[in-house]
Amino acid sequence: MTGNAEVKVRIQDLSKAFHTNGHEIRVLEHIDLDVREGELVCILGPSGCGKSTLLNIVGGFLPASSGDVAIDGLPVRRPDPRRIFVFQERGVFPWLTVEGNIGFGISGLPATERAARIAHYVRLVGLEGFENAYPQELSGGMKQRVEVARALAVNPDVLYLDEPFGALDSITRLVMRSELLRIWQTERKTILFVTHDIEESCQLADRIVVLSARPGSIRRVVEVDLPHPRDLSSPRYLALRDSILEEIGLAHRI
Amino acid sequence: MARPAPIDSPPPHGRPARSSRSLVRALVPLSGIAVLILVWDVALSLGGGRSQLLPRPFAVVRAIAELAQKGFLLKHVVASLFRVTWGYVAAVIVGIPLGVVLGWYRRGGMAIAPILEILRPISPLAWIPVAILWFGVGDVSAVFIIFLGSLFPLTLTAMNAVRGVEVVHVNAGRNFGLRAPELLRRVIYPAILPQLIVGLRLSLGIAWLVVVAAEMIAVSSGLGFLIIDARNAGNRYDLVVAGMVLIGVIGIALDAIMRSLERSKAVAWGYTTILEGEQPDVAGGDAAGRAAVLP
Repeated sequence: MTGNAEVKVRIQDLSKAFHTNGHEIRVLEHIDLDVREGELVCILGPSGCGKSTLLNIVGGFLPASSGDVAIDGLPVRRPDPRRIFVFQERGVFPWLTVEGNIGFGISGLPATERAARIAHYVRLVGLEGFENAYPQELSGGMKQRVEVARALAVNPDVLYLDEPFGALDSITRLVMRSELLRIWQTERKTILFVTHDIEESCQLADRIVVLSARPGSIRRVVEVDLPHPRDLSSPRYLALRDSILEEIGLAHRI
Repeated sequence: MARPAPIDSPPPHGRPARSSRSLVRALVPLSGIAVLILVWDVALSLGGGRSQLLPRPFAVVRAIAELAQKGFLLKHVVASLFRVTWGYVAAVIVGIPLGVVLGWYRRGGMAIAPILEILRPISPLAWIPVAILWFGVGDVSAVFIIFLGSLFPLTLTAMNAVRGVEVVHVNAGRNFGLRAPELLRRVIYPAILPQLIVGLRLSLGIAWLVVVAAEMIAVSSGLGFLIIDARNAGNRYDLVVAGMVLIGVIGIALDAIMRSLERSKAVAWGYTTILEGEQPDVAGGDAAGRAAVLP
């Protein structure tokens, strides 16, 4: 469905190495990936495979050792408010209320417009009644929603999500996934989603990019042509999940 | 009045009424002071010949009244507070920006922090001779010593607080397009505020400790001067202890003012351990209930 859309994010021959105590640690090697506009791509890999590093480079927080990242054809040099990085809920500012957090990136707007935008995104993530609450008074899932709302409020083209639901309990995680899909379907952002959770990637992604263990390189890119909402017990879904399990080399039974 | 009963408002939901609880909270520390005064008085009255070791509590109260009557009380208190204010405010103006810069530019911090670490453990009182050499005997010397006493802890607090700011918060600020000055105002400053307030409170305490000592040597007014003068000019130990009591009371008052800053919700997140201890008062019962409603 997004096959003919334009390329939004282009990663070309990207490598990254860290130097510590004279040792070189190669983290990413020769990553090539095009992400189309409006696409939801999951980057899936084991812990420590460099997937977060990849996202940080694409987000402009880290320089690459070699290779290029371009968005809309322009090289990425630094973070940019048109592309917002959603950390785990730790990224919420504890000194601001829910409203203050969501309005953080739109302080330049006229007050009435800003208030309207804040109210819109408070509603979108279902935090009505908590506008004046501080993050310490919220649960992990609610803080996560604040962060997503704060990101969406600046109306970015691209969202980077780095294991955003990793710290949540399993029920909340399921709820948050379906909320993310709902928001993605209404707002039509390009989303790069890093996870180590196979089920999560199968539930969300248009495409799954499977990374190898460190140094991370792309093992396989899986097109997921299952329509949303996905039936998690359908044979096609299960076949997809199993093929990725196999790809990563995990057993089917515990 | 030993056990105040809630008469006017019956306790809701079986819990003791808020007013009676806070009354108990206020009375318990006062009872400790009352016992101390009692023991002090009884010990001296039983001490016979040794009763000259300390004036009795009532004599101290009389001495304070005498000071108030002659106008010395206000004069000395104002003189001490005046010196503390100047020295402390100057230390805040210099120390906090300096600490923030040193914390932000790590290289600069690494070069200068050892100097501060070496100067910090030197008691400000050790600077008194140097201060007198530079500024002569007088107010400037006393203010300078207070300035030094507050400067090092404030600078180091600010520096360490900036170093401790979460990288995700800085990155989030940068992601929303903030450059250095805005990042400082909207991310760094609120992030370090809880620690800054603690640092401000502790260094004000130091300033108040130091002013008394500085006044014993460098000037001829203030509570420190009152104490040393009362002893030199006629062994008036009732006035000496009166001065000590005044120093203690004003010290508590200054601390209470600084402590009240810590209660703002915009900084409460920085004192999570304190918060958990007083959850029902600070966070409010409904906040805890709210969190349970939604995942």
